[in-house]
This record gives sequence, structure tokens and C-alpha cells, in this order.
Amino acid sequence: MRGVQETVLYEEAMDLKFLDEVYGIPGGDKIKDCIQCGTCSGSCPVSWAMEESPRKIFAMIRAGMRDQVLDSLTIWTCASCYQCAERCPQEIKITDIMYMLKRMAIREDRRRSRKARALSECFVNVVNRYGRNRETELMARFALMTDPLGSVALAPVGMSLFSRGRLPLGGSKVRDIEGLRKIVAKAQELGGE
Amino acid sequence: MRYSYYPGCSLDATGKQYGESIHAVAKALGVELVELDDWNCCGATAYMNVNEVLSFCLSARNLALVGKAGNGKELVTACNACYTNLRKTEVYLNQFPEIREKVGQALAEANMKYEGGVVTKHFLQVLVEDVGLERIKANVKRPLTGLRVAPYYGCQIVRPYGIQDDPDNPMMMDRFLEALGATPTQYAMKVMCCGGSLMGTREEVALRLCRNLLLCAQEAKADCIAVACPLCQMNLDAYQVAINRNYGTNFSLPIVYFTQLAGLAFGLKSDELGMQRCIVPATQIAARYA
Repeated sequence: MRGVQETVLYEEAMDLKFLDEVYGIPGGDKIKDCIQCGTCSGSCPVSWAMEESPRKIFAMIRAGMRDQVLDSLTIWTCASCYQCAERCPQEIKITDIMYMLKRMAIREDRRRSRKARALSECFVNVVNRYGRNRETELMARFALMTDPLGSVALAPVGMSLFSRGRLPLGGSKVRDIEGLRKIVAKAQELGGE
Repeated sequence: MRYSYYPGCSLDATGKQYGESIHAVAKALGVELVELDDWNCCGATAYMNVNEVLSFCLSARNLALVGKAGNGKELVTACNACYTNLRKTEVYLNQFPEIREKVGQALAEANMKYEGGVVTKHFLQVLVEDVGLERIKANVKRPLTGLRVAPYYGCQIVRPYGIQDDPDNPMMMDRFLEALGATPTQYAMKVMCCGGSLMGTREEVALRLCRNLLLCAQEAKADCIAVACPLCQMNLDAYQVAINRNYGTNFSLPIVYFTQLAGLAFGLKSDELGMQRCIVPATQIAARYA
């Protein structure tokens, strides 16, 4: 069992620019209204698998603990189910802030971001090519990228889907793929953060 | 009744039986679903990890196509993730001018424009609210008497961008199942998350969530679980063997779409509804009401 940890973080050690980054996303400034009630942590279906609960992560954001937050397993445990956001009495867009933390960690190539980054990259590659997600190709790419040997363990799942016609080879494609790619390029240019 | 229909990517693949049963049920009820011409992927949760504006642009392109098609302003989808992304995009475009501005500029690159005002509905909503339970009942030829079904809503459709229902104890699917003659079971996890894409990135967490769900449904003496999302279906169905291996359990709970059950009650054929595509066999349920 973990003992009680006492951490005192004095103001001069805080990275307050971090808070500004969070304010930068639409609705991000609502984090100012957090009353640390813990409804998010109590509602989260996966808080048991996190290192820091969502409530604690929000306290850490406001204390400017940038590295600790972006290196936390918590952000990679969030399944984006929106239960916290649904229940937050202060209407903070918790799930969207979690998404933002994921983006920052991926951009900075934080160690724990790599698996989710691999999945997102495979997904983006497939969609950039066809405009649609071909699930068979996504699963194959992701398995090869993250765990070529371990993917043998996934094979029964793949085979059971395949044998029931649920993992087709090939698939459909967006007709105006050029137009879609232009939208994607422009969005990436404007996306920022 | 005529709607633009956004199938989403899974309904061509892992959720094939969902697509099949949606079309069969819509046809039986005289609901016309016109596939949205040249639709693109909604970005699922993956794009939100990469770029927020880009994620909104993907859904905005789909919303823009709805206006172009001239089939009214209602868009129907049946995947919880697609549904949430489309609804969320509409909310963000209305609420945040800076997002609207950027999305507008990006769409303009492909000579597209979204004027707003599209209403995205889940197919479950269409059946319950637009078609109405009276007409559903009138179409039932083989009531699912005695079938105990655990209604599983999944997470996103009852959350901030979701259907108008009690977020903790939604009843829409319960009432639908009752109209089919089935018995919806009371159980505590009808809106608990299945883990979604964590099955790919943190498998042990997602497996446990699914194990808990199956256990809860089994304790409620459910004969099967009814789902409304292709990712929930895949996690609970395709991974049930792995769950049994991991936790020493012995689950054998068919995971069927609410549309498949509707089709059975309407007297449609089992293979028209893709019953044979379920990995945990669901064909015996079909046989029971054939």
C-alpha cells in the first residue's frame, strides 16, 4: 500500500504557462471554476487503473505541474466516456481537457504516449489514404507497429471476426479524396495550440 | 420518412450485422435511409488525440454534405462515436466562433460550406421518437416473449452531446425492447463504459470493464445483451473468449444489436439480420423466435 505522500510545491517552482495552455482550448478556461469536489474521480469507470485520479490531475494542472501531468498514466487511461463531463457541477469540459493533455504528450513524444500515438497515427494514415477507416488495415498496421510478435495473441480475435465476414479485405473510399486532403492540410495548418 | 444516413466506417466491417439489420428494419417500417453521398470517417477518438480543429473539420464536411444532398436536415447514424462527434461538432461550431472560423476556412479549400442546422439522430431515437412505439408494436409478428435482455446503452449516447434521456438510467432502449415483447433486465451498468479503444492501448483495463459488464448482466439473468454501438459490440463479443481465459469465467452471453432483436420480432430472417456474424453464438435466440 502506498503511504501518504506530502508534497509542498512553492509558487516559484510552478510552471504557470501550463495553465495558459489549458485556457487556450475552447472552454478550457472553465478549469478556473474547479472546486475539487471529486465528482469526476468518483464517476470515472477507470480511476482504479490511474495513477492520479482526475480530480488530482486538475489540481496538478492548476499547480503548474506540467511534467508530472504529461507523464502521468492517467491521461492514457481515460477512455473518453464523458461520464465526468456529464456530472461535473462546474460544467468543465474534463474529457476535452484530457484530449488536450493527450495531444500535448504525443507532440512532446512522452514515453507513455507511444502506444496511443501509434494507434492514432495508424488511424490517421488509413483515413488520409481512403477518407474512411478500413478496420482490417488499421488492426494489421497497429499490430505490426506496436507488437509484431505479440500480435499472434490477437490473431484469434482477428480470425473470429474474419471468419464471420467482419474483417473484409479492401473497402470503400471517399470519391473527392483530393478535396478531403486539402481540408485536412488546412486544418492542420490552422489547428495550432 | 426519409433521412440522410451516415453509416460510419465500422458498419462495413466489424459492425456489418448492425448495418444489415438497420437496413432490414428500416425497410420493414417504411423508413427510407439515403446514404450520405461521399461521406468520410468521423475521426473517432483518434483524431482528437492529434488535432482538435481537424477532428471538427471531418465531421463538418459530413454535415456540409447533408445540406447538399437535399434530403432534409436530419442525419441518422447508429454508431455512438460517430453520433457524438457529429453532435459535438454542431455544438462547438455554434458555441465557439474561433472554431467556426477555422473550420469554415478549411472547408473552403474544397469549395465546401456548412451553414449549420443539421440535426443528427441516433437510429434508436428514430425508432422510438419518430416511428413511435405504437407503430413498432404494430409491426411485431413474433413477440420476443420470455427473452430477458440487458439493455446496454454504452457511454457516449447518454453523455453531454447525447440523447434526451436520463444520463444515469436511460429508458429509451428499455421501452423499445418492451415494445418488442422482450423483458429488459434491471442492472446497474447500462451506461458504464466498455473501454472503447483502450482495448488496443490498455487491454487489461478494457477487459476488466467488459468482464464487469458481462458479470452484471449475467447476475441479472439476461439471455443476451442488446447494444447500440459497434465498438461496444466488438469489445464484448470478440473479446469474450479472452475475458473467460483471463478471469477464469465461463461467459457465453450473445451480444446483439437492438436492431437485430427488432428484426426477429418483425419476422425477418435470421441471416438478413446477420445473426450468424455474432461470435458468441446468437443463432439459438433467432431459432427460438423463428
